[in-house]
Amino acid sequence: MTALTIEDVSMRFELPNGASVQALQNINLDIGTGELMSVLGPSGCGKTTLLNIVAGFLAPTEGIIKLGNEVVHGPGPERGMVFQQGALFEWMNVRKNIGFGPAMKGAPRAETEARVTELLEIVGLHDFGEKMIYELSGGMQQRVALARCLANDPEVILMDEPLGALDALTREKMQSLVLEIWKKTGTTIILITHSVEEALLLGERLLVMAPRPGRIHKEYRLPFAEMGVGADLREVKHHDDYGTTREEILSMIWDMEEEIMGRSETAA
Amino acid sequence: MTILLIYVAIFVGAFFAVKAVASHLTKRSDFTSRKTVTFGDESAVTANRAASVISVIAIFLIWGAFTGSSWSPIHAPGPFVGDATFTYTAETPDGQRDDGTVHVTVFPRDAAADAPEIEPGDGFAKDDAAKVAAWRSVLIRVDRNDELGRDEGAKVVAINGQAIAPGETVEVDSGEVTLTPKGTPNYKPEQGWQMEPVWLPPPEAVVGRVIEIMGGGYQNFTLAEHVGWSLFRVIAGFLAGALVGIPLGYAMGLSDWFRGWFDPIVEFMRPVPPLALIPLVIIWAGIGEVGKVILLFLAALWIMTIAARAGVSGVRISKIHAAYSLGASKWQILRHVIVPNSLPEIFTGARVAMGVCWGTVVAAELVAAEKGAGMMIMVASRFQLTDIVIMGIILIGVIGYAIDILMRMAENWLIPWKGRG
Repeated sequence: MTALTIEDVSMRFELPNGASVQALQNINLDIGTGELMSVLGPSGCGKTTLLNIVAGFLAPTEGIIKLGNEVVHGPGPERGMVFQQGALFEWMNVRKNIGFGPAMKGAPRAETEARVTELLEIVGLHDFGEKMIYELSGGMQQRVALARCLANDPEVILMDEPLGALDALTREKMQSLVLEIWKKTGTTIILITHSVEEALLLGERLLVMAPRPGRIHKEYRLPFAEMGVGADLREVKHHDDYGTTREEILSMIWDMEEEIMGRSETAA
Repeated sequence: MTILLIYVAIFVGAFFAVKAVASHLTKRSDFTSRKTVTFGDESAVTANRAASVISVIAIFLIWGAFTGSSWSPIHAPGPFVGDATFTYTAETPDGQRDDGTVHVTVFPRDAAADAPEIEPGDGFAKDDAAKVAAWRSVLIRVDRNDELGRDEGAKVVAINGQAIAPGETVEVDSGEVTLTPKGTPNYKPEQGWQMEPVWLPPPEAVVGRVIEIMGGGYQNFTLAEHVGWSLFRVIAGFLAGALVGIPLGYAMGLSDWFRGWFDPIVEFMRPVPPLALIPLVIIWAGIGEVGKVILLFLAALWIMTIAARAGVSGVRISKIHAAYSLGASKWQILRHVIVPNSLPEIFTGARVAMGVCWGTVVAAELVAAEKGAGMMIMVASRFQLTDIVIMGIILIGVIGYAIDILMRMAENWLIPWKGRG
C-alpha cells in the first residue's frame, strides 16, 4: 500500500539577482506504508527542500504530494517531523513537550499523560519526565523530539538530519532506537542524512540525490535496516555487502562533489 | 587632585594588602583556583567581594575625612579656627610710616563669635579687630580708625614687613592677606583640605536629613511620599508602555502591514531621548500626574515595542515548523510558542525600560513637579540644602539599583530557560 506519493514535483525559485535555481526537477516517488527510506546526497541537492515540501512548509512550483488519497496543502499532524536540534520548547519540561501534540488537539488530560508515560518508556527517558529541556544532553533531547513526534501517531515521520549533531556513540544508540521504533510502530519514515553509514543502516530503501538540478540519481533496496533491528549495528557493518555498497555510494558522492567544485571553479 | 591620588593609593594599597592576607588565610582549591590562565578567561574573573567592601568603605572614609565628619577616624586638615594676628605698615604721602596690628577671630561656621577686644595702640596706625567665619574672608578697614587714613593719602605698603601693592597677596600666619585695588587688606584664613558643608555636607548630616525628612517631610511631603510618587509614576508609565508596546511589537513581528506602518514611527521615536519630550508634554498635559505618566509611557513604549518585535523575530523557524507539524493552530502557536519564546527579550527590554523610566521621572521632576524625588533635590538645591541634594542622589541611585536587582530576580524566577534554547 502506498502511504505517500510524490508526483512530478519540481521546485524552482528566483534569486534576488534575477537568476533562478532549479532546486528539484521532476521527482516521482511512491513510498509504501511502513517503509523506512533514507535520502542521501551532497549539500545543495535539494533533499531538505524535498522534505519541506512533503511536510507542507513549502509549496512546489509543479507537482503534488499525496498522503493516501489526500493532496497535501500545508503542514499537518499526520506528517510528524523531527528536526536536527533546537526545535524543542525549552520553556516546557519533557512531559509537556512530548504531550504538546495531543494537548493542542484537545485530547483528555489523563489520556495524554498515559501516552506520555508510555513514550518516555519507549525512548528510555522514564526518569526524566519532569526535567527541563536544557537539563538534558543532546542525545536525550533528540529522544524527546522523537517521542514528541510519536505522540501524535503520525502516518509518516520526516526526519531532517535528526542525529547530525550527536557524537558517534550517542548516534549509534539513537540509530538503534529509530530502528526499534520503526519496527514497533510500523510507521513510514523518511530520513535525510549526510552520513553514508546512517543512510545504509536506516534505509530499507536508499535514495541518492544529485544536485543542479536536484534529482534522484540512484535508488537502492538494502537489507541492513531489517538486519539491524534488535541487533548490534556494528555486526551489521561487518556484512560484506555493507562495505561494497558503502564504497560505491561514497565514490558516487565524491564524483558529484568534485563536479560541483570543478564547475564553480570554472564559473569563478 | 589630591583626593584622586589618595583614592588611587587606597586602591593599590588595598589590592596588595588583600592579596597578601588572602594568600595566607585561605587555600582555595575549587576549579577556578586551579586555572593557570585567568587573564582573558572571562569566567575566571568574578568580582572580588573584599574589593567591593573596601571600595564602598573608601568612598565613605574619604567623604568623612574631607568633610570633618565625626564618624570618620581620620580627618584632612580643616579650616583654620582661632585667633590670628598680622601687622600692616601704613605710609603717608610725606613718608611717615607706622605699624598697626590686626587681631582676627576665626570662628566655626555654625558658631557665633565676637571680635577680640583690643587697645588701639600708639602711632597714627591704630590696631584693628575683626571676626570671620571659617572658609570666609574679611575686609580689614584699617584706615577707619587710623589717625591718618585714606583721605589723608595714607596707604598700606607692607604686611608683616613684606612689601605689598594693590592686587598682591602676602602669606601670614594661618591665612593670607590680599590688598584690594583700593588698598584695603583682605584677610582670608587658611581653608584647609576639607569641603565646606555648603558644597559637601558630612555623611552624618545627610543621614540626619533622611531621618528628619522621613518624619517631618520636606516641601509638604514626607520622604516616603516623595519617593513613593516617583515610583508610582514609573510603574504606571511602564505598565502603560508595556501594555501597548508588547502587543504592538508582536503585531510588527507577525504582520508585514503592521511592520511597514509602524516601522517609520518606531525608528523615528526610538532615538528621541524622552527628556526631549518633557517641554512638549508639559505644554500638552501640564506638570501634574497625567503629564508625567504620558512621558514615561512614551519612554517605555518604544523600548517595549522593539523588545517584543525582536522576541518574535528571534523565534527559530524550526520551533514554529515543529509546532505546525504537531497540529497547533496559529493561535496556539502564538500562545504556546511565540509568547514564551519572546519572554527573555521582553524581560531584557523591561529592565532597560525600567531604568530609562526611572531616569526620566527624576529628570521630569527636576523640571517641574509638586512632589517626587527629583523635585525634592531641585528645590533643595535652590536653598543650598546640599545635604538634601546628596541624600536625594543617593536615594535615587539606590532605588534604581534595587529596581534592576528585582527585575533580575524576577527574570531568573520566571524564565529560567533564558539563553539556553
